[in-house]
Amino acid sequence: MNRPDVLTAHLPVIDAESEPFWAAARERKFLIRHCEACGRDHFYPRRYCPHCWSERCVWRPACGRGRIYSYTVIRHNEAPPFRDMVPYIVALVELDEGVRVIANLEECTPDVVHVGMAVEVIYQRITDEITLPQFRPRSPF
Amino acid sequence: MRDRICIVGVAESDCGSVPDQSALQLHHQAAKAACEDAGLEKRAIDGLFSCGSDGMHPLQVAEYLGLRPTYIDGTQVGGSSWEFFVEHATAALQAGLCTVALLVYGSTARSDWQRRLRVAETPPARGPAQFEAPYGLTLVGKYALAARRHMHEYGTTHRQLAAVAVSANRWAQLNPRAFNYGKPLSIDEALKSRMIADPLHQSDCGLRTDGGGAVILATAERARDLRRKPIRVLGTGEAVSHVHLSQWHEMPSLVAAESGSRALEQAGLTVRDVDVLQIYDALTIMVLLTLEALGFCEPGESGPLAESGALAPGGRLPTNTDGGGLAANHPGMRGLFLLIEATRQLRGECGARQVPNARVALCNGTGGYLSSCGTVVLGE
Repeated sequence: MNRPDVLTAHLPVIDAESEPFWAAARERKFLIRHCEACGRDHFYPRRYCPHCWSERCVWRPACGRGRIYSYTVIRHNEAPPFRDMVPYIVALVELDEGVRVIANLEECTPDVVHVGMAVEVIYQRITDEITLPQFRPRSPF
Repeated sequence: MRDRICIVGVAESDCGSVPDQSALQLHHQAAKAACEDAGLEKRAIDGLFSCGSDGMHPLQVAEYLGLRPTYIDGTQVGGSSWEFFVEHATAALQAGLCTVALLVYGSTARSDWQRRLRVAETPPARGPAQFEAPYGLTLVGKYALAARRHMHEYGTTHRQLAAVAVSANRWAQLNPRAFNYGKPLSIDEALKSRMIADPLHQSDCGLRTDGGGAVILATAERARDLRRKPIRVLGTGEAVSHVHLSQWHEMPSLVAAESGSRALEQAGLTVRDVDVLQIYDALTIMVLLTLEALGFCEPGESGPLAESGALAPGGRLPTNTDGGGLAANHPGMRGLFLLIEATRQLRGECGARQVPNARVALCNGTGGYLSSCGTVVLGE
């Protein structure tokens, strides 16, 4: 969807905990967190492991591929900037690593999207600071 | 043996469209009416349980009502907070930390929108929300994700969701206080209403009304001297899963499975013993997910169950007998109204919508974004 530049209230407010994620997104990489103590991944990224509370978490690049776990086509949203963008698709994507991510499904129409659809990450540059990861359908092969 | 705890008074404030009252005034109306219902004086209240969207809400309410409670709880886990409060109040009463517990609520959600005091805005994209807010996932959209997943896993249909709305509407036609009283709804009308967030139509979305309510709890010993037949708290349970939808690993399975099994176990009952059900229904899908989580049917069977008419007047699982959030009232955190309607059913006060021989009622509040569940089993 096209994002009016003037409307930025919805854009992430980057903080110390999230900065490496958004820095990587600017470089067109999608990072998730991996715990070296319990071996489990998590997303959204926290400094500490939500599974075992270990401090030994590291950033890892995700492969950027996954499947749609669920989705909705938003047809009514009065809040700017989204009111000018309807209809648009919000997808809950399960990455191949197993973590789930909310994003928009781009390059796809509401009559085609389905649960289980194979998707891949793309990057949408919004400002110098913010590049949003999004997803688009990919060939299942 | 711990003391038995009872609901001894219930009341609603003015509900529906109440442009001439503030939210705090609705708290006052409801608290006073519940005291009158119970036959209690204001000065008897020493426990206060309340939440809202403003800061330090319990303090605002205590001050406005002129209360100096010795026990205060402001748990805020969304619209299910009231079922959580019953568990907390029960523990506080049993521990002797208070003797009369007032749960009180009031909201002018409808009038605030009409006065433009509340407007649609994108939530701040700070902290964990920065990973969801940029993508325009609306409130209804969050429920739509669960509904779509349920449809995918079990073949649940739009028509089955519409049946939940129509069932609630049929109950509302028996309740003159319901917002949609006199406004019947058919399946076809529901299916023709506009799409808000696919697969959820306008008819799948609850009302936005003004309204308030109050519930008073006390020990069984105290209840003996009061005006009304006491309604016993037989069991309670609470559980939470997530705030952000990406963290709801069990989607679309609600944590009512945990809160419900604890509440029923405590009561020494099973779902087969339940005569009347009150299920938080801000959206139709919540009813289906809750029926499955509580074990009233197998996963995937809730859609056909709703379509069979089981939830409607005359059905085998009378559900949301006041019309629910879909057709009676929904000021934003409606879990308190589940307790009020269940109490009235068990007292046998419900007139045209009375469920015959209702002895056991189960209330399940769900709050946040399918995030928190509180279950309360009540009995005579």
